[in-house]
This record gives sequence, structure tokens and C-alpha cells, in this order.
Amino acid sequence: MSGPKTSRSSLEGEKNRPAAAAAAAREPMNVLIVGVGGQGVIMVSKALAWLAQSKGFEVKQSEVHGMAKRGGSVFSHVRFGAQVFSPTIPQGEADILVALEWAEGLRWLPYLKAESGIFICDTKRIVPPFACLNRRPGAPLRYSRETPAEVKAHVAEGYAVDATAMAERLGNERAANVVLIGALSSALEFSAAEWEKAISAFVPKKTVAVNLEAFRLGRAWIDEARTESPQAEASPEPRLPGAEAPVQVRLEITRAWCKSCDICVKVCPERCLRLDAERIAELTDPAKCTGCRLCEFLCPDFAIRVHREASPERDGARA
Amino acid sequence: MRAVPQQAEESQARQDVRPLTGNEAIARGAWEAGVRVAAAYPGTPSTEILESLAEYPAEDVHAQWSTNEKVALDVAIGASFAGARALAAMKHVGLNVAADAFMSQAYIGANGGLVLAVCDDPGIHSSQNEQDSRIFGQLAGVPVLEPSDAQEALDLTRLAFEISERFDTMVIVRGTTRLSHTRSPVAVGERSAPPARGFVEDPGKNVMIPAHARRRHVAVVEREAKLKAYLETAPINRWETGAANFGVITAGTCYPYVREVLPNASVLKLGASWPLPEALIKRYCESVERLFVVEELEPVIEREVRALGFRAEGKEFFPRVGEFSPEIVRAGFEKAGVLAPRAHKRAWTPEPLARPPVLCAGCPHTSSFMAVRASGARVAGDIGCYTLACLDPLRGLDTTVSMGSSIGNAIGIWRGGETRPVLATIGDSTFLHAGIPGLIDAVYNQANITVLILDNHVTAMTGGQDHPGTGKTLRGEESPRVDYEALARAVGVKWVRTVDSYDLAAMYQNLREAIAHRGVSVLISNRPCVLDPVKIKGPALAVDNEQCNACQSCMNLGCPALTWGDDTFEARHKVKIDGSLCIGCTLCAQVCSVDCIKPAAKVNS
Ligand SMILES: Cc1ncc(C[n+]2csc(CCOP(=O)(O)OP(=O)(O)O)c2C)c(N)n1
Ligand code: SF4
Ligand code: SF4
Repeated sequence: MSGPKTSRSSLEGEKNRPAAAAAAAREPMNVLIVGVGGQGVIMVSKALAWLAQSKGFEVKQSEVHGMAKRGGSVFSHVRFGAQVFSPTIPQGEADILVALEWAEGLRWLPYLKAESGIFICDTKRIVPPFACLNRRPGAPLRYSRETPAEVKAHVAEGYAVDATAMAERLGNERAANVVLIGALSSALEFSAAEWEKAISAFVPKKTVAVNLEAFRLGRAWIDEARTESPQAEASPEPRLPGAEAPVQVRLEITRAWCKSCDICVKVCPERCLRLDAERIAELTDPAKCTGCRLCEFLCPDFAIRVHREASPERDGARA
Repeated sequence: MRAVPQQAEESQARQDVRPLTGNEAIARGAWEAGVRVAAAYPGTPSTEILESLAEYPAEDVHAQWSTNEKVALDVAIGASFAGARALAAMKHVGLNVAADAFMSQAYIGANGGLVLAVCDDPGIHSSQNEQDSRIFGQLAGVPVLEPSDAQEALDLTRLAFEISERFDTMVIVRGTTRLSHTRSPVAVGERSAPPARGFVEDPGKNVMIPAHARRRHVAVVEREAKLKAYLETAPINRWETGAANFGVITAGTCYPYVREVLPNASVLKLGASWPLPEALIKRYCESVERLFVVEELEPVIEREVRALGFRAEGKEFFPRVGEFSPEIVRAGFEKAGVLAPRAHKRAWTPEPLARPPVLCAGCPHTSSFMAVRASGARVAGDIGCYTLACLDPLRGLDTTVSMGSSIGNAIGIWRGGETRPVLATIGDSTFLHAGIPGLIDAVYNQANITVLILDNHVTAMTGGQDHPGTGKTLRGEESPRVDYEALARAVGVKWVRTVDSYDLAAMYQNLREAIAHRGVSVLISNRPCVLDPVKIKGPALAVDNEQCNACQSCMNLGCPALTWGDDTFEARHKVKIDGSLCIGCTLCAQVCSVDCIKPAAKVNS
């Protein structure tokens, strides 16, 4: 792991800021903050919006609450400048994209300015239940497979940071969003002291100290990453559960032994068993059966057997 | 929810410009206008209006959650009768619920200023449809003010109270999700409450019997003419000059999009989208060669402009569905030939991951729907967090129509010949909102259905508001709790039981018995929401990786703390638990086929 070394010098490190912010006086500065419900996207954008307003900019900060909170994808647009009209950032016009989760960062890439956009993304993966729906033997997890190196090759300036691990080391995983604020702060022209004031105002009172540490860590990390060669700060490549050799699953139901208790129907995780017209267990959808053997284990009369055979042509298994 | 943290508020007090959301600004505007009574039923995106009003002193304003939108509007109407300034707030579909009172009140008019804040949801971020509330204003002859940012939300809300009293009418302040949830700088003012007017006895105006109503309808038509005349010169309709080759009429949250893509064009920005100032519009139309109307959802303004005899271009370039954005408005003007098409540089776009909202880890609705699914019933669902149980892997409900529909729908499904057992599932807040009449109907008409009340002690979907079943009011005062069992018995339900949602076996068993009962049965599944009012977090569970046989039983819960680990068994993925998300509800352990899910401390030792 290339975890950044904790550095205390970041407070004075005002050199090296990307010029992106300089233009804010004329054209609005567009910062898009994205993540998954519950990660603190709104807190990050509130702190930024508050800071920008305290410096006299007109600020619009726009998000959508509601359904999104329940583990859905959450985004917040922050725009500031001398005058800001639209509360949302048009596609392809974000100066900075801050993502608190890896796949969410990828989702919003089209919003980033192609020539100059800065991409700052936590490598944290939150795998939604939807990614685990195809449960047939050999089926892959449906999560984004792009690697940090691949993404960096496609953006003007990209940083993949394991902010969650950094926050964990500070003893509070929830401070990961503030690590990212630290990284973001390096790309904007507000001073570290001002950022720390904003953070203190928006995080829970009891966690101010750890969050300020998280901020400094994130800021130091990106300052270092920006001076070193891009390859030097490779983040750990997330390992995705792979797939195994495809197998063919076949259920053998001995009709004479089935006594219609319907235990197998109730326990089948795939809901692909039912009692037929004669109240004998039957497989309704062979394509759904994963061969998990629950029915085999739990049938009191040994009426079901699961056979697993190697199969080259079973679809979905080639991936 | 706080507008801004205390510190932030203090540091900016000198200039008194505050970052407020549209909802907070509406609340502020109402408070500054001296609102005395405010009532609402929560609904995204309108919910925070009442939540932020409740942060102003109780001596200034009585703010309450009502059982539903109709009651909320009735309360506000009552306060207006009594001579107080009053506000009701709701989401767009809430106005359907309140429509009966709304339409009659339009005839009656206002004594104390009466403002109805309605928040539409173009794009259906969090609703069952995207209807356009401006049409309600048209239908009732009630003026509709449309703020385009938070500053205007404050200013127009204040103005709405004045218009209300001056023209003897209720006034709609219409917002959208984008307005409600965008924070921008707002210069705030002081509260200036007008003296109370007192109740004015006037049966010809206040009692809507046919003889009175006929006369009042005439008054509505006359009032509309007066409002039109007022709006001809009112500064809220703003003519911003530009080149004469084309012009744009727009209103509300579309205005910033138009300005974003056409910073210098000629624009007639309407502060009121109903009624329309005809002479002003005529003069404007004549001043430009080509005229566009940019409005989200229905072509309300466009139709009126056309009715005046002008050729307006609108819906052929700007869609009638969904939410606008600068991109959509730009695309419309490009298509119309007003803007040169921009070279599209196709960005690198990895295939996005599907991430719909899901029930929280440990959500008590999870087990209810595990039991529902096992029951084999036909399920009429309702609106709330539990509607998410329609998605894989729970896939536990068959229909969802509108708040409170489940019980009536279930009666009809059963009467309509459904052969499976018929079940209605309804949240506690939704049951109180509009479910009770349905339950009475079921008993009265001797339906054979089961009603499962999902009592999670809060209105969860909208962010955790109190309701008459929680024992607390909007301001956090203690109040009596509705006793659902007693209520069901009182209306004649013979089979009533309450069960702990976290006891899966009991859930299965009781639901089975409830369904077996002939006639109406009511089962109440009982456990607090894990998110609101307090966040529940018990010790996390973990999967013993050695023992897990990857049967996927637990994955059927759809719990977001459960995902696939790195290992497999017979080519199926073994499961792991994200300890930071798991709240320790034990539901997964209860369905585990090999008992390998245990407290994390045990597994790791
Ligand atoms: C007429 C109407 N009013 C308000 C809403 C917004 N809304 C959606 S779900 C919901 C309440 C759900 O509460 P409850 O029934 O207790 O279910 P929970 O979310 O707590 O599971 C509300 C108010 C709506 N959709 N329609
Ligand atoms: S907010 Fe509450 S009711 Fe809604 S999904 Fe989460 S736990 Fe369930
Ligand atoms: S105990 Fe199991 S079902 Fe409950 S929250 Fe934890 S992982 Fe999810």
C-alpha cells in the first residue's frame, strides 16, 4: 500500500495549487461531489459552499434528497463565482469531481471538463445488493472493473486515494469524507485555516479533532501525490471476486418419495420450486437454480438430489 | 434540520445574508410575514418547510404535522377564518388529497392571509408522478407565484400573504425539487406581523351552500380580472431587454437555466405563472421576432400565449416530461436554430453500476416482506420505504397506487376474483394518512383480506417525521399515541395481533394465521426504523467463511451490509458482512442454513 506519510507541513503548503480556482472570479467554479447515501456527500458540499460564500462568492449548492438516501447514489453540485445562474453543473463542465466511492466516481466522469477537470476519488467500494443478483455458479460480481490506472489515463488530472483506510487508521472510518476535503482543498484557493474553520462548523462537535487530522492527512497526501510522478502513488487495486469454471446444475426429483410438505418450496433462495398439480415438488425455472443444495439438505425424504456437471455452453458463465 | 450551523449563522449576521435552501427561504418568508399557524404533512421535496418553521419561536408560530394534507389545509383555512396569517405546505400529490378543501376555499377567499406552498417534483426524484400544480391554480382561479431561487422564495412568500389579504384569495407558492433543495444566498429581513383581524362573521362568504357558492363563483371570476390587472405592472413580472430577433418567456426554476445558456437574450420572466398579464405579454410578443416559452412539465404559459393569438414555440423544443437542466435547455435552443450546436466531445464513460435505493441494513420491513413473500399472497402495496421491497431480491409487492390505496385495492383485488390470499401492506404513517377509511370499508363490506401494518414508529421515507402514532409533535412535545390494535378492534376487526418484526419465525407464523382467518385480519409488525428518530447500531455480525456454503439464503434479504466475499463454494460466491453497515438485527443469522452467521467477536476469535 502506498498510504501517504502523515505530514504536518501541509498547513503552509500554499504553493502548487492548480490554477483552476483562479478563474472562479469570471466563470463559476464547478465542484461535483458524489457518493452513496450515508457517506456524507452533503456535509462535504455544505462545508465548501459555506466557505465559498464566506469569501464573498455567490454560491449555489444543489442536491436531491429523498429516495437517494437509502443507499442510492447521491450527488451534490456546488457552483460559486461572481454570478451563478443554473444550480446544476452542465455535463462536461465540472472543474473538480470528488467521489466518496469508486463506482460513483466513474458514473459521473462525463461531467468532468475533458481538458482540465480534476478527479479525486476514494477507492472505497460499496457493493450494492444489486451487484450480487446473478447467483448462478460462475457468475461474476457486477461491480465496475475499471482500475485506478485506467481511469487516470482518461482524465486530465486524477487521484485515487484510499481515504477510508486513512480514516480507519485515525480511528474513525467516518472521517473518510474529510480526508477527501483535504485532497479537494489543495485544488482550490482557500487557505487551510479557513477550511479547518468550515470543517469544525459542520462535523459533529465530538469529532472535530479527528476530522481536522483527517483533513491535514488528505491535504498532505495530495500535495505529495502532485509533486511525485503520477505512477508513484498507485493505490491498491481493488480485487474483485472472480468466477470459477462453469457447471451445469441438474435437479433429480423422485416423485414417489415426495410427500408434499413444501419445505423445499419455502427454503429455495431462488424461488424456483413449487408443488405441481399433483402437489409434487417441481422445478419451475431450471435457469434460476444455482445448485445450492438447500432443498437436498432439508428434504426429510431424500426426494431431491442435486447434480453438478461441467458445462461449456451454459450462458453467463463465460465471463 | 438546521438551516446553517449556529456558528455559521453568527458570523454572517452582520450582513444578514444566509445560505438557505428554497424550503428554508419559504419558511423564513412566512415567518417574516407574520405567519401564525402552519400545518403540513411531510412529502419530498416540501418536508423541510415545516421543519424549519418549527425552529422559529413557538410564541410566533404554531407549526404542526397534520395527519394528511387535507387536514393540514383545513387547519390553515381555519386559522385564516380566525384572522391569522396561515400556511399549509405539501408536495404536489398532497394537493390531490387536499383538493376538495382547496377548490371550495377558492370560492371563500381569505380573511387572514392564506398561503399554500406546493412543491412539484419534475423528474420524479421521489414521487409517484410528476403532475404540474400550476394547473390547480388555473382550475381554482387561485394565483400561482413561482420563485426561481431561494431569495425569490423568501420574497414571493412574503408577497403572497399580502396578495392574499388584498385580493381575498388563497395564494399558491409553487416550487420544484430543484428550488426546494438548492442552497443559495438570501438576504433576510425582520418579522413584521400585521395585527390579528379576528373572525369575520359572513355566512354568505364562509358557508358554501349552493345559493352562496353561486355568488362566490362570480366573485372568483371578478377576482381573477383584478389580479390580472395588478400583475400587469407588478415588479415580479420582469422584462429583461435584449436583442429583438427572439425572446423567451419563462418562470420559476427554468429562468436560471435560460440565463445560463442565453446570458444576454431578451427574457420576460414571470413571477406569477397564473393568472397572466395579457397586455404585458402582448407588448412583449410584439417586441420580438420569434417567441419561445421555456417551462417544465405542462405548456401552461405556452397555451395562454397562443390563446392570445401569438405564435409561441415551446414544447416542440423543450420536453413535456422530466426535469430541465442547462443541457436540456441548450439542446432545445440548438434544435430551434437559435444557438449554434456545440461540438460534442464524447467523454470516456464506463458502464455505470446500477445502484437503486434499498432498504437499510436491519430495516424492520425486511422481515415483513420475507414473510409476505413466503405467504404466497397477492400483495397490494402502499407508499413508504417499504415500497422498495418491490425490487429484487425481496420482490414482495404487486401494486402501488397512492398513499393509503393498498387496503381499498386489496378489497377490489379480492372482489375481482383473485384466487390467492390477498394482502395489503401499509406503513404506520400511511395508515393514519388515508388507510383508516379503507380498513373500515373492508370490515363494513366483509372483505376477506389481511392488512399488514408496518409499524416502524416514524414517517421514514421522508426523513423521519413524527405522526400521531409516535407520541410526539413536530416541536417534540409529548402527545397521545394512536393504539392501532384498539383502533382496528373499534372498527370491527376480529383478528388483531402485534408481532416483533425481528422474530422471523413469529412473523411467518402469525402472517400465516392472519391469512387463514376468514374476514378482515390485521397484523401489526412492530420495530423502530433503524435510521430515525435515533440511529440504531448494535454489535455487527460476521460470516464464518469456513462454514459458509454460499447457499444465498441470506442474500434474499437484500441487506446492503451483505455482499459477496472473495471466496467461492461450488462456484457460488461466499458471503461477507460489512461490519460498518451491519446493525446486528440477526435476520440473516435467522435464515442461514448452516448457522455460520454469528456475532463478529465470536467468529473472529
Ligand atoms: C399524497 C402524498 N403525500 C405524501 C407523500 C410522501 N410520502 C411518501 S412515503 C410517505 C410516508 C411513509 O411513511 P410510512 O407509511 O410510515 O412508511 P415508512 O416510510 O416509515 O416505511 C410519505 C409522506 C406521498 N407520496 N403522497
Ligand atoms: S429508513 Fe427506516 S424504514 Fe426506511 S429503509 Fe431504513 S430502516 Fe427501513
Ligand atoms: S444482522 Fe444480517 S441482516 Fe441484519 S443488518 Fe447485519 S448483515 Fe444485515
